Amino acid sequence: MRTAVLQRATCWLMRAMTYFIVFIIASIILKILWNGLPAVSWEFLTTMPRRSGAEGGILPAIVGTLYLVVGTIAVALPLGMATAIYLSEYAKQGRFTRTIRLAIVTLAGVPSIVFGLFGLGLFVIFLGFGASIISGCLTLACMILPIIIVSSEEALRAVPRSLREGSLALGATKWQTIYKNVLPYSVSGMLTGSILGIGRAAGETAPILLTVAAFYLPKLPRSIFDQVMALPYHLYILATQHPEADKVRPMQYATALVLLALVLGVNLAAILLRIRIRKKRRW
Amino acid sequence: MRVAWKEKAIKLILLATASTSILIVAGIFVFLGREAGPFAIEPGLKELLGKRWIPVSFQKESFGILPLVAGSLLVTALATLITLPFGIGTSVYISELARPTEREILKPFIEILAGIPSVVIGFFGLIVLVPLVKACFRLSTGLTALAGAILLALMAIPTVISISEDAIRSVPVSYKQASLALGASKMQTIWRVTVPAALPGITAAVMLGMGRVIGETMAVMMVTGNAAIITASPFDSVRTMTATIAAEMGEVAFGSNHYRALFCVGIVLLLATFGLNIVAQKVLKKHRVR
Repeated sequence: MRTAVLQRATCWLMRAMTYFIVFIIASIILKILWNGLPAVSWEFLTTMPRRSGAEGGILPAIVGTLYLVVGTIAVALPLGMATAIYLSEYAKQGRFTRTIRLAIVTLAGVPSIVFGLFGLGLFVIFLGFGASIISGCLTLACMILPIIIVSSEEALRAVPRSLREGSLALGATKWQTIYKNVLPYSVSGMLTGSILGIGRAAGETAPILLTVAAFYLPKLPRSIFDQVMALPYHLYILATQHPEADKVRPMQYATALVLLALVLGVNLAAILLRIRIRKKRRW
Repeated sequence: MRVAWKEKAIKLILLATASTSILIVAGIFVFLGREAGPFAIEPGLKELLGKRWIPVSFQKESFGILPLVAGSLLVTALATLITLPFGIGTSVYISELARPTEREILKPFIEILAGIPSVVIGFFGLIVLVPLVKACFRLSTGLTALAGAILLALMAIPTVISISEDAIRSVPVSYKQASLALGASKMQTIWRVTVPAALPGITAAVMLGMGRVIGETMAVMMVTGNAAIITASPFDSVRTMTATIAAEMGEVAFGSNHYRALFCVGIVLLLATFGLNIVAQKVLKKHRVR
């Protein structure tokens, strides 16, 4: 009798913990949505900031973040996909493969601020790119590379062996097999995983803090060697560094909302795509 | 003939791209070391072991990173204490007790948390959590190690849940069946059979979560108050290693001792997370083999 009560109590306790976390997630999103929506307007999204961000819009930060994301993906996607193809199709068990895997796991665990220091040391100073879009993109690309590799490899491994063997048995070479019989069935899965990397690149602040982000720069970049503003950094500045931090609350909420919508929108797209792929798969 | 040549070329290109990961890891060590290196000669590594971090001063600067290390450790330890019950409780609930439809909704919902940018979580902490901590504990300021730890726990929880849930679900059904057949109740089976069997996986999950916590920058910088003092009280303001780098690197003169000291902090941080990750991977691997 007593154990039965105890058991139900533990069950309820664990349920309470789970729903407490759910409650916190919901309250973060709702709080920002509730306070941010009234402040977001067409003007806010499409005009330059004025009076160091206290008035006006956040256009340069939005454009900056988009540039960074596009540039990062352009670098990381081909690199990550090629690595995944090598690991899943070519690599043999051995020291070299183990080293690559260890490197990927290590990369996945490196703190984002350390990536920032690395980007500062290599791209900004050693290669002389300065604080610029290209330095930021390359730094972010290093950071999201493991995400892309791991998810792409998973997608490749999900293609059944029989598809490869059938093609090889007909006399196709290895690359022909991969190109014609493996990639077409896995490319959408590879992209899905990579979208999660996009979300990460868009939301990270610490690496761009040291390699690209401008405090306040009310103009659009002209080349990849320009500095830009970025949404996450702009939010940080408004929330903690702004002299009238309390007065610009609506701007903070609105910036947070735009950033959150961008990142969660991207993640949601990835989840929906994943569900669709799973439904379509026929083997 | 030409085909064979092309095949070889493709394989080589793929091999080269696969090696970039190794190059990046090596590059991280090399370029952090390159910027930090001169500090070891002048003023010497001993300087780093000091108890005072006063990087800008009219009299004598002091680059003791102990307060920063202590700050990171305090916040990480507190965050782990909060993460443990929530991470384990929630992952057990989701994998063993929740109904299938409930699980299908809960899992992606908690994954959302992993996607929220840390600066947004920091912002939420600044306007909601910090005043709450201040009011609850009647402090003069809510910008404390505790506030940072709560936010960090929140950020580690999705990692911990997803990995330990995997571990719990990979416990063979036969274990549970055997336990139930012997007359053990569902809860007894969970706590005496399933969780102990999944323990290595859960341990690794917590360690990977801790790795994330130590390396987290923005959220912690926004709510811990950033006072470089050595303290063990959760109600004091602390300054972590990550926050120090992020906050000070912008204003530091290139090539100065301060600049190099910040890179030294980066190396300490890198080694700490590197160690945690390696051990966690070892634990996970052992678990899988068994």
